[in-house]
Amino acid sequence: MLSRVAETLYWMGRYMERAENTARLIKVNTNLTLDLPKGLVPDWEPLIIILGCDEDYRKAHDECTERRIVNFLISDESHSASILSSLAYARENTRTIRDILPREVWEAINANYHWAVENKSMSQARKGRHEYLEFVMADMQRLTGLLAGTMNHDVGYDFLNMGRKLERADMTTRIIDVRSENTIPDDVPELRPFQDMLWMSMLKSLSAYQMYRQSMQIRINRDDVIRFLFLQETFPRSVNYCVLNLKDYIEHLPNNENCNKQIQKLRNLLKKSQKTSFDRQQLHDYIDQIQLSLGNLHAQIASAWFPR
Amino acid sequence: MTIDKEAFTNHPFFDELINENGNARAHGRKLFNFLDKLQPEELEDRQNGADLAIKQMGITFRVYSKEEGAIDRAWPFDIIPRLIPLKEWQQIEQGLKQRVQALNMFIDDLYHDQKIVKDKVFPESVLAESVNFRPQCVGINPPLNIWAHICGSDLVRNSDGIMYVLEDNLRVPSGVSYMLENRLVTKRVFPELFETYSPLPIDDYPAELFDTLAALSPRPGDKPEIVILTPGIYNSAYFEHAYLAQQMGCELVEGRDLVVQNDDCVYMRNIEGLSRVDVIYRRIDDLFMDPEAFDPESMLGVPGLMRAWKKGNVALANAPGAGVADDKVVYSFVPEIIKYYLDQEAIVPNVPTYRCMDPESKKYVLEHLEELVVKPANESGGYGMLVGPASTRAERDNFTRLIKSNPRNYIAQPTLGISTVPTVVRNKVEPRHVDLRPFILSGKTIEVTTGGLTRVALRKGSLVVNSSQGGGSKDTWIVGE
Repeated sequence: MLSRVAETLYWMGRYMERAENTARLIKVNTNLTLDLPKGLVPDWEPLIIILGCDEDYRKAHDECTERRIVNFLISDESHSASILSSLAYARENTRTIRDILPREVWEAINANYHWAVENKSMSQARKGRHEYLEFVMADMQRLTGLLAGTMNHDVGYDFLNMGRKLERADMTTRIIDVRSENTIPDDVPELRPFQDMLWMSMLKSLSAYQMYRQSMQIRINRDDVIRFLFLQETFPRSVNYCVLNLKDYIEHLPNNENCNKQIQKLRNLLKKSQKTSFDRQQLHDYIDQIQLSLGNLHAQIASAWFPR
Repeated sequence: MTIDKEAFTNHPFFDELINENGNARAHGRKLFNFLDKLQPEELEDRQNGADLAIKQMGITFRVYSKEEGAIDRAWPFDIIPRLIPLKEWQQIEQGLKQRVQALNMFIDDLYHDQKIVKDKVFPESVLAESVNFRPQCVGINPPLNIWAHICGSDLVRNSDGIMYVLEDNLRVPSGVSYMLENRLVTKRVFPELFETYSPLPIDDYPAELFDTLAALSPRPGDKPEIVILTPGIYNSAYFEHAYLAQQMGCELVEGRDLVVQNDDCVYMRNIEGLSRVDVIYRRIDDLFMDPEAFDPESMLGVPGLMRAWKKGNVALANAPGAGVADDKVVYSFVPEIIKYYLDQEAIVPNVPTYRCMDPESKKYVLEHLEELVVKPANESGGYGMLVGPASTRAERDNFTRLIKSNPRNYIAQPTLGISTVPTVVRNKVEPRHVDLRPFILSGKTIEVTTGGLTRVALRKGSLVVNSSQGGGSKDTWIVGE
């Protein structure tokens, strides 16, 4: 497999996954507006900070309103973190390797992009927004199925999935981070029941609620939810699951020594969440460490297999 | 109901489907009746359906504009197929094979003994000023002595009803992917037409191309590693490069994917390391192919590629230097070239051509600019032309200056009454001008696509069929009588 093609597949996977998870991220906060007690509104600013696009945002906007931030994150193609930008990059990447992908995959990814552009106005009101985000997520799931069912499961498919899993692990930590930034003051006892409900809401946004119940069989509470999303070995959106997948893909490739080492470091880091109970700041710092470690893994992958 | 009959009877051109009385020609009667029975809304619906399918399939080409930069446009397609009777086509096919065979012999001769020049059939002065003659290629023996493996020749039918060759594209002709895709779209849009007609199939082109390329491999016996070399995603024909790679199941590479090692062999960079390449179908112009041999500034090419090719370690299609015959002055000599190498008369005629290098012709051209089409020798895509009858005084003055300063670079031809084909205009059918680009593959045998790409000038009265300038295309059907 050409190094350039491997890199392109990897980025195609990352952008597909980023589009889906950005949609999930917006969904988390949108659901919070429905779940929070009257008088409390979720903060939208953490989204742009956690996605690393706050500088771009502030160049164009002077205030952080729900409407503006949501528009910015869904349909503003002037910066690279929006859903439309991710879909456009995924499409652009696919175009450069059209020759090696099944034709239906290109047609689907092309149609997804056109649909998202043509219907972006529906994402502005909360009602249409829900539907729009669901469509984006469903499109990406359909694409996943199409790839799984029609593409050769060769090393190219592994590179695509490496991109997806690395991006997904990273985005799951960002979604936890967003959720954690929006908390209810601890000193108001009558609001306490809402705390756990909000974590439940986040699990649902990750399609993780039922899987959590099935595998943990305990009521929703913050520490267990965090552990579930970091460590669970069978839930496909948990960080650990993604890292274990990455480990498998990498083991099959030539020249993989440095990547193996980095995987080991990541796994050791993840183990720390087993016994610890994090407070808000500790959790944020821990997530930063994981993101950094994932960034290092990306750098090792690039230096081992991508064109110099 | 949809056919605007008056537009066809009051019509100074040859229409390929409808005669001057507004009736169908014999081979097109069923298509004519089918179209005429469609309601205007239905016709419009079908065209919209095709446009949507093309958008979904992502059939695109790139255009450049100062305002918008490079943008990807949906491929403009007209749903009404262009029909050519089988008998006529067989004649054209023979003519194209003859033509390309002679052209390949001509190119090979130019890079070896230049007999045709010594025998004074082809003037030395034309060769001396050819911008596409590559001294680097002199004395090279490419496999099978073939230089132009893939040729796209443009044909037009004049108002006399005769098909003429307008030009031969021997460098990197494009359009074949659109020919193949057009058939798929037509099947989606007009499935019922395929119940009454059985147009000859066209879809073996990728297999033929693969065989043509495989036959050039320097390592016979092995499964040859064939790649398509593209300038990249910003090239206007990128869609086609990817399409052909996909259809042939071979790698699509960019210059940066390839490297020539000290053994003068070409390798591609894989995740496992390097692997040898045998045949390169290059879609990059000669001058950008190898910064070592040609333009040192080229970022697209592969340093050392010419070295590897000269040693015979890799095959290039088309061979470097093949473009020497892709020149509108050389074009005017093709009938003589056919006669010289094959001792035959050209089966498909050339358009009569005035060479401005010839003083008498130049004089005639300058005096008749208003009636003629003037073309520069080495431009493609319809650029840099003067269409006399549609020109302004200032444009003609400009061309007078250009021709006087460099007569070798210009030819002129009478303005042809290029034929038309019924074309959808909103919810009606009107005549629009077309040409035809068949593709000819030369290897152990010579193969011609069944029909070719029909390009259509969508603007009323326009003769410019290039997709970069408002042209569209049609499916082309070779049908029995």
